[in-house]
Amino acid sequence: MQLALFIIFGALALGGALNLLYQRHPIHSALSLVVVMMSLAVLYWSLGAEFLAAAQVIVYSGAIMVLFIFVIMLLNAGEEHRTNGSRAAYAVGIPGAAAIFCLLSFVFLSERSALMTSNIGGDLSNAADNIADVSAMLFTRQLLPFEVTSILILVAILGAVVLARKEQ
Amino acid sequence: MSHLTNIEVFLLLSVLKVAVVLVITLMAVAYTVLLERKLLGRIQNRWGPSRVGPFGLLQPLVDGAKLFLKEDMMPLAVERPLYILAPILALGCALVSIAVVPFGAVTRVHGVDLFQIANVNIGLLVILGITSIGVYGITLSGWSSNNKYSLLGSLRSTAQVISYELALGLSLVGVVLRAQSLNLRVIVDSQSAHGMLSWNFFGGLQFVGFFIYLMAAYAETNRAPFDLPEAETELVAGYNTEYSSMKFAMFFMSEYANMITVSCLATLLFFGGASSPFGHLIPAFGGAVVQAILPVFWFVAKVFGFLFLYIWVRATLPRFRYDQLMGFGWKFLLPLAMANIIATSFILAMRG
Repeated sequence: MQLALFIIFGALALGGALNLLYQRHPIHSALSLVVVMMSLAVLYWSLGAEFLAAAQVIVYSGAIMVLFIFVIMLLNAGEEHRTNGSRAAYAVGIPGAAAIFCLLSFVFLSERSALMTSNIGGDLSNAADNIADVSAMLFTRQLLPFEVTSILILVAILGAVVLARKEQ
Repeated sequence: MSHLTNIEVFLLLSVLKVAVVLVITLMAVAYTVLLERKLLGRIQNRWGPSRVGPFGLLQPLVDGAKLFLKEDMMPLAVERPLYILAPILALGCALVSIAVVPFGAVTRVHGVDLFQIANVNIGLLVILGITSIGVYGITLSGWSSNNKYSLLGSLRSTAQVISYELALGLSLVGVVLRAQSLNLRVIVDSQSAHGMLSWNFFGGLQFVGFFIYLMAAYAETNRAPFDLPEAETELVAGYNTEYSSMKFAMFFMSEYANMITVSCLATLLFFGGASSPFGHLIPAFGGAVVQAILPVFWFVAKVFGFLFLYIWVRATLPRFRYDQLMGFGWKFLLPLAMANIIATSFILAMRG
């Protein structure tokens, strides 16, 4: 069951991501990104991370992507023209992507035995309902990273307000 | 059912449950429309629909037939796949969220809970998530119609829903703090100790949260006095200007289905769900069947009360201006919801 879900929604996420790049209209690209977000949410859910899945749907698909589409609609962005792209992108991009792929597959293959036995999310007890665990973890042992992240987001919001404010 | 295996019984009962709940929801949608027309008529000192059937009771069926038989027009300049997808998305999301609502006491037949389709640990978040996906229906309909009024309507709607979603989510935190769970069944059970006195609205002192929820919910469902997305005096009909026949009907039905969902949620979170307001004061009477149906009756009565309030508000209040709408959401409801969270958690910490 979990494997079937992983194959279906992993493929959907990949297809959505590729479609995002191939579509020429910004709205279609944004909608493909929504498909990617929703498939990721299903993957999280199938791994037992229900809260993360719900947060992914509410925050990413429900708020951030709606804002993206809102801005695209507001600016009435038309179809993009397909260009040949910069030569630097080809020169650096293809070897770079190949290098990252090689590095990742090397790490995964060489550490295969360790990855199989490692306990991912070891701080959480494997209860059916892990929201209480997650929140207790966030507000006790992981409090500092949590608060630093919120301050980072606050700084970003203030920056956006400063940029958006009209010059006097 | 003795010769069926457990999993077969489960599948059969689940499919039956889904079908029954879907049909009842759609009938409720149709008759909410009639209720609205009748009540609006009475409040405005006229009769409302009264020609088809006794007291106009068959009006929804005739309206449905009319919409179904009308010509389905497809304007030339629309963005075809999205234009068709938008009403499906709107109605689908509106109908799916009813699946996690527990509308009766726990009643197990062959191990299957009769009065709830899916008992999910994060039921509240599921409803919020589906609601936030439902925005795409309206957003895409406005954009794909290729009409300036539709686009303006859907832009307004998107901005409004994003703004009020924050206040809506924050207003529910007080309830979640009290119940210590996001499971709707657990939230209902946390209010069932002493009848009306232990409901979150009365005993739980969540009335501030309730009024924030109520106002944010009116804005989320694009109902008066927040019906700017389809303000007919300014925008023709807003996002559904270019839609006709069944596609228009789907938007119409999704609006009323959302009203019902929001009323169900208000009942579950603030008014004790399917529990009786008298608690255990009235001794149990009748057989097991009566005792199973009585909670459903209370639930339906409460939801009906909220629908009545919806219509009453529509008939009474004029529409907000756009800047007033935004100011109200961001400058009044949001800080108030945050203050409610702080006060609730402070009191809970003092007690516990």
